[in-house]
Amino acid sequence: MAKRSRPFWLWPAVTVLILALAWWQLPAQFGVRPVYLWTDRLIFLLLAGALFLGGWIRRREHLRQPWVEVFRQRRAMVALVVLLAFVITGLLDSVHYRKPLPMVDGQQGVQYSVEVVTLLDELLGTLREGTEKTYSAPFAMTQLARETVTLPDGTQSRIRPRLRHGGAHLTDPSQRGRDILASGLAGAAIGVGLTMLVWLLLGAILSRRWQTSWRAALTRIVHGRTEVPWRAILVTAGSLLVLMAMTALWSRHWHVFGTDKVGEDVLYLAIKSIRTGLVIGTLTTLVMLPFAILLGIMAGYFRGWVDDIIQYLYTTLSSIPGVLLIAAAVLSIQVYIANHPDLFETATDRADLRLLALCVILGITSWTNLCRLLRGETFKLREMDYIQAATAFGVGHFTILGRHVLPNVLHIVLIIVVLDFSGLVLAEAVLSYVGVGVDPSTISWGNMINGARLELAREPVVWWSLAAAFVFMFALVLSANLFADAVRDAFDPRLREQSP
Amino acid sequence: MSGDDILLRVRDLRVQFGQGPQAVRAVDGVDFAIRRGETFALLGESGCGKSMSALALLQLVPRPAGRITSGEVWFDGQDLLALSEQQMRQVRGHRISMIFQEPMTSLNPVMTVGEQIGEVLEQHLGLPRRARRDRTIELLTDVGIPAPARRIDDYPHQLSGGMKQRVMIAMALAGEPDLLIADEPTTALDVTIQAQVLELLAKIQRDTGMAILLITHDLGIVAETVDHVAVMYAGQIVEAASRRELFASPLHPYTRKLFAAVPDRRKRGRKLETISGNVPPLNRRFTGCRFAERCDEAWLRCREQAPAWTERETDGETHGVRCLRYQPGIEAPRVVSRPGSETGSGETKPASASTLLTVRDLKVHFPIRKGLFKRVVGHVYAVDGVDLQIADGRTLALVGESGCGKTTAGKAILRLIAPTAGEVIYDGQDLARLPADELRRLRARLQIIFQDPFASMNPRMMVGNIVEEGMRAQGIGRTAEERRQRVAQLLEQVGLPPEAARRYPHEFSGGQRQRICIARALAVEPRLIVCDEPTSALDVSVQAQTLNLLKDLQDRFGLGYLFITHNISVVAYLAHDVAVMYLGRIVEQGPVDAILDDPRHPYTRALLSAVPSLDENGREIIRLEGELPSPINPPPGCHFHPRCPDAMPVCAERYPDPVTLPDGRVVKCHLVGD
Repeated sequence: MAKRSRPFWLWPAVTVLILALAWWQLPAQFGVRPVYLWTDRLIFLLLAGALFLGGWIRRREHLRQPWVEVFRQRRAMVALVVLLAFVITGLLDSVHYRKPLPMVDGQQGVQYSVEVVTLLDELLGTLREGTEKTYSAPFAMTQLARETVTLPDGTQSRIRPRLRHGGAHLTDPSQRGRDILASGLAGAAIGVGLTMLVWLLLGAILSRRWQTSWRAALTRIVHGRTEVPWRAILVTAGSLLVLMAMTALWSRHWHVFGTDKVGEDVLYLAIKSIRTGLVIGTLTTLVMLPFAILLGIMAGYFRGWVDDIIQYLYTTLSSIPGVLLIAAAVLSIQVYIANHPDLFETATDRADLRLLALCVILGITSWTNLCRLLRGETFKLREMDYIQAATAFGVGHFTILGRHVLPNVLHIVLIIVVLDFSGLVLAEAVLSYVGVGVDPSTISWGNMINGARLELAREPVVWWSLAAAFVFMFALVLSANLFADAVRDAFDPRLREQSP
Repeated sequence: MSGDDILLRVRDLRVQFGQGPQAVRAVDGVDFAIRRGETFALLGESGCGKSMSALALLQLVPRPAGRITSGEVWFDGQDLLALSEQQMRQVRGHRISMIFQEPMTSLNPVMTVGEQIGEVLEQHLGLPRRARRDRTIELLTDVGIPAPARRIDDYPHQLSGGMKQRVMIAMALAGEPDLLIADEPTTALDVTIQAQVLELLAKIQRDTGMAILLITHDLGIVAETVDHVAVMYAGQIVEAASRRELFASPLHPYTRKLFAAVPDRRKRGRKLETISGNVPPLNRRFTGCRFAERCDEAWLRCREQAPAWTERETDGETHGVRCLRYQPGIEAPRVVSRPGSETGSGETKPASASTLLTVRDLKVHFPIRKGLFKRVVGHVYAVDGVDLQIADGRTLALVGESGCGKTTAGKAILRLIAPTAGEVIYDGQDLARLPADELRRLRARLQIIFQDPFASMNPRMMVGNIVEEGMRAQGIGRTAEERRQRVAQLLEQVGLPPEAARRYPHEFSGGQRQRICIARALAVEPRLIVCDEPTSALDVSVQAQTLNLLKDLQDRFGLGYLFITHNISVVAYLAHDVAVMYLGRIVEQGPVDAILDDPRHPYTRALLSAVPSLDENGREIIRLEGELPSPINPPPGCHFHPRCPDAMPVCAERYPDPVTLPDGRVVKCHLVGD
């Protein structure tokens, strides 16, 4: 604490500056036309905010300490690794651009495709392009449904035709098992190799911090004799890498999770849904926080008529059934969008606005809970002697709110934000299932589950859409919940005081 | 100490928290013995391990964090530490019971008093239902609860604090124990109630012949009620003797310091003795004496050799002490008495005549709202017509029991609570009616120090920013650098290093925090400081430091203090004038000597007599019946008449008018003047 050479915002500012420059300049270098969606901007704003907050917290001992505690918990760190994988995927999926179309003779300037793609799409290349005609099961070589085809000899026959993409490289169907096994093993090997690489890299970094030899650092990690549970982190990251590498190799020739009704790869859909889930989970909080914090602490601090109005507001809002309010709002936005087609350049723009609208509406309906908690806490705080002391110094009301009340309720805000995240991801799924969620063209777990409603009634059953959505959502929500638990344990003063 | 009459003998008891070299040895080799029917006190400041020793007797050390690492507890021929949990349950509450400091949290709020006492009766005596109820009523009668047959079905929240403590005692007595462990049983209670409870304990002891292990930090209580005393310091007993012996000739430097640190009248004008430094952390190994670092009489050997327990025989009584000075075969250097401790400002300071603040007929009524439309159905008359005058450079003590409205009055003077009526005149301006922005400018002149040093600082701010806050709000110090220097200077004034500015409040002890609060108040150069029980959360030695500081600052800067307190000895030491408050009104007001020497109002008399004093000569306690009435509907006539030993018929009819006596004091009582 003694040296204060650098302001806390220096590194975050540099990082944000570099990111902003890249976002602004790089697309032109690659000859693509960037598309800045509203949700993209907000996500990167949030990222910048998180970076600054992190820098600020590092300098505040009382805020840093609970985080250090979080980082020492094995379960929390395992969850965090999984969460980070999701977040990185989501961020990659938030860089949108349009590719130039091939030049036609006599064309003035470059024309750009109406299709908006993301960095993630580039990475998932084969997944996105390898579409089939209709349903096919995981690792299938043939379509699910029989089709009447005309054979070369002119006769017609009802067979299951071979897929255009899945297993197309094999001429002999009996080779299927061997091929899957071979590429699975190869993937696993690559994954293990990557993990070793991460381990060596980590050892190199940590050896400098611990000021030991590289080899000593490596053994220390393996034996788990570290404060931060690096071994657990490494094992989790390793398992993820192995899983990813296997999936990557498989999906070069197979549909790991099958295809859906229009022949799109279900794995691709599930991965693309990550961004939607994250956007709903994070932006909604961003929308709700200012309301909840400001109104909550104002109600608790000023009491009297201010409290009456704010209480009236949130009791009214929270007594309207949430789904009803959301449905009404979403439908009216839908009408607005339909009436103003000229406002949107592409279909992605349109779907994006609806996603943002959903975030705002969810935010408006979900701030009441936090607001109520903050009001109660502020009630307690305003009777504290230090607030009375500040009043006795003639400190202004809003200075008191900012300097004395807000920092002392921040732990509640943090706990609620992290806890709400998983609830919101699930809410999106439910709302889309009901039909008032995101735009049908937006890829989301909710839409996948909604589609699965009919698929489950088919014969034979198409279970893989539902399963894929379930697996991905489950992983995200579970890791978010585990992480939230650790955060709450570290920040909840009641739990902390038990340890002497 | 030998013979068959010994009920409890503790040998080499050790309790440890945590593992390894960092383990905290909260109790580190404690030996003592309690005879049948006697009262034995464990005396010590907070954190010295006295409560933990008592919990260890009953194997109630919080697990798994703490554990008893060694020791024997022989109780009536049984080693309690060798008993299993199952067997222990037969001992707890039956052979040995315990009452705790906080009666509010020791009773289960969702069970009636009768059910809770009945539970003990069923558990230990196996009484049938009907007998249980009868016995419960008997017990409640024994502990002096009026109308016990009705009270038995009350829930804890329907009882006052003193009543709850009585119920706790009844519960402890239900198992007919041989030993009662009382852990600070009166610390949360007012002096008049404390006197009641202590008398009750003494009466029960006389009737049943049980022994009492009293755990306390209050020397006054020890002086009054105890047969044997053991003084604890940093996990060990440093001195043990009979009460008479200990008070007549304390041996250990710590004990002597402790006695000297208690403020009282005779020490007026002198600095109180303080013990420098803090209690050492118990997570390290001690090589020498644990007190050596803070001891004025320590010499080199004290830091190298741990003192052994030395016993002396005087008049057939043993007086044990743990100090090298008394260890046989050790040549102790002569004590050089420091001359510095005697110097002080003296009482010579002329009473400056200029009035700093005048309070006239101050009232604070809180409306009670009920029902759908929140109609006002009544008022809490917290402060009901208070007149005060505080002069420059003088201290006015506002004395009263909890709930009498003294804190509310203090806050209303600063308009931290809006007064309902009345005037607060400072510098020709009425603070009670000043517009908000003008008041904000005047706030620098009037400051406040709070009771709880833990709650009065924002835990999220560094000390430097806390002290600086007032200066920023009041525009004192133009540049950040200027303010920083002023903060360093202020911290030095209150005896803290300037580096403290860059640390957080939780890194400081209670006394240090209170000093930071004083520095914060001083930062805006006030004329008057309202001190709201600034020392009641502190230990005696730390209290002495704080009082010294306050007095010193008054001498240097001519500050006026409104000192709100319930501690009469602090009043006697510090105050120039006293105002005694009862149920929202001031009943007697005047110079401190006049009031302490010759209290005129019956309430003042009762209050003063209830204060336990270190003097041995017996004094008669005027027992007050009942407790402070509710300020929602105060009794008609004189508020005090239902509890007054000298009440007359006229007392119930009208409130007495103020009578000014020749010595300048004002009394509101029908007995006076007419």
